[in-house]
Amino acid sequence: MNSNFFSALRRLSIVVLMGFPFAAAAAGETPDVLVKNLSTEVLDTINTDKDIQKGNVRKLTELVNVKILPHVNFQRTTALAVGRGWRQATPEQQKLLTEEFRKLLVFTYAGALQQVKDQKIQLKPFRADPADTDVIVRTLIVGGRGEPIQLDYRVEKTDAGWKIYDINVLGAWLVENYKTQFASEISQNGVDGLIKKLTDMNHALDKAAQR
Amino acid sequence: MKSFKLSWAALFLALAVCAVPVLAQTVAEAPANPNDPYEKYNRAVFEFNDTVDNAFFKPVAKGYRAVVPEPARNCVGNIFSNIGDVFVAANNLLQGKPLEAAGDVCRVLINSTVGLFGCFDIATEVGLVKHNEDFGQTLGRWGVGSGPYLVLPFFGPSSVRDSFGLAVDLYVDPVANIDHVPTRNTMLGVRLVDRRAALLDAGDLLEKVALDRYAYLRDAYLQRRRSQVYDGNLPEDQQSGKQSATTAAIVALSATDTKPELPSGWFDAPIQREPLPAAQATKPATESLASTSF
Repeated sequence: MNSNFFSALRRLSIVVLMGFPFAAAAAGETPDVLVKNLSTEVLDTINTDKDIQKGNVRKLTELVNVKILPHVNFQRTTALAVGRGWRQATPEQQKLLTEEFRKLLVFTYAGALQQVKDQKIQLKPFRADPADTDVIVRTLIVGGRGEPIQLDYRVEKTDAGWKIYDINVLGAWLVENYKTQFASEISQNGVDGLIKKLTDMNHALDKAAQR
Repeated sequence: MKSFKLSWAALFLALAVCAVPVLAQTVAEAPANPNDPYEKYNRAVFEFNDTVDNAFFKPVAKGYRAVVPEPARNCVGNIFSNIGDVFVAANNLLQGKPLEAAGDVCRVLINSTVGLFGCFDIATEVGLVKHNEDFGQTLGRWGVGSGPYLVLPFFGPSSVRDSFGLAVDLYVDPVANIDHVPTRNTMLGVRLVDRRAALLDAGDLLEKVALDRYAYLRDAYLQRRRSQVYDGNLPEDQQSGKQSATTAAIVALSATDTKPELPSGWFDAPIQREPLPAAQATKPATESLASTSF
C-alpha cells in the first residue's frame, strides 16, 4: 500500500471530527480565535469523558448533533458539494439533500472521534484582512503518532456569526472530495437518485451503530 | 542485493510504461474526469487491490493488532519511521529546504540514541516536527506536474510522477537492500503489516462514508499530494478566500458550459474544476461567486 497516502488516511479518520467544534462562542470573536477555542474545548471534552473514550457511538453522535451544528453552515457545504445540480433541484430536494448529507457527515465524525487520544491543537498564523468575510483558518493537530495533521477550515461571516462551511484534513477539502461523487451520482440517477443513495447509506450506518 | 533493487525499480517503470497502450485506448473514449483519463484501468486495479487486501493483508493486520500490544506496535512503527527520516532529510535537501533537512537529521540522531534505535520518538517531544517527504514530492517541487492518476497494484493510489518517485524510493530503501534475504523479507513483512494495521480503522470508515470509494480515494489522494508538494501552502489558498486575479480570470473565461479539457501533460496544472455556467443562470443566495475559487 502507498504508505504516504494511507497513513494520511489513518489520521484523517482520527481527527476529521475536530473540524467541528461545539459550544456557544462569544460574539465578536475573530474566526481564528473562535476555531481555536472551540477545537480546544472539543479535545478536552473527548480526553476527559470516559464514556466517549470507551466507544459510546450514540453519545458521540448526540454530542455532534447538539453542540457542533450551530457553528456549521451545512446548507452552503451541501450546495457547494452538489454543484450544478443544486440549481436544478427544488427547494424540497435541497432540504432533503442538506439533511441527508449532514447525517452522513455526523456519522463520519462520530466514527473518527472514537480514535482521539491526547491530541492538541496548534493555530497557525492567521493571515486575513479584518474586512474579509470568507477566510481560511489553519490549524495543526499535534501529539499523535507521526507528523502533525493539517486541519484547515473555510469560515464565512453570516448574520448569525462566523460559520464553518468546509474543512480540509491533510490537504483534502471535504467539498472538493464529495463533488465528483455527487456529480457522477446525479448524472446517472438525478438528484432524487442522490437523495436516495444518501438516505440508504444513513440507514445502513444507523443500523450498524445500534448493534 | 543489487538484482532485487533493480528488479523492483524496473517493475515500476515497466508498469508505468505498460499502462500507456492500454490507456491510449481508454483516453480515446471521452473520459468523464480530466484528472483520471485512465479510469477504467485504475478501477480494475483498485478492485484487484481490494480483493487481495480483503483476502490477505487485512486479516493479517487484524491479527497483528490483536496479538501485539500497542506500545510494542508504536515501537515498531517508530523504528521504521526513524529509518525513513534519513530519506526525508535527503528529499528536503533536494527540495532546497536545508533547515527542515537539518531538523530531520537531528531527529534521526536523537531518536537513534536517546530513543533507543528509534523505538521512542523523543525528537517530537523535544519539538522537532516530523516531516513527510518523498521523491515524488521532490519531483513535484522541481516543477514536474503529477500527471494522470494511476492506481498501482498493491501500492494503491499514485500518479504517473509519483510512481517514478516510488521506484526511486524503493531503490534506495535500506530495508529492501538488506543482503540477508530472510532478514530482509521479515523486516519488509513486519513493516507492511504494521502500516496496514495502523490504517484498519481509516479503511473501515472510508467504506462507510464514501458513495464511490474509488472516486473518494482518488480525489482525496490528488488533493493531498498537491498539498504535500507545497507543504500545505497552496498558491491559490494564499489569499484566505479572496479570489486571486488568476482565479477571477479563469472564471471569466470559463463562461461557457463546455466540458473541461484533458490536462495537456506534464505541466503543473491545478485540479480541474467544473466551470460554472455564465451569468445567464440565476445564482441562488447560498452560492456566491467566491465559491468558484475552489
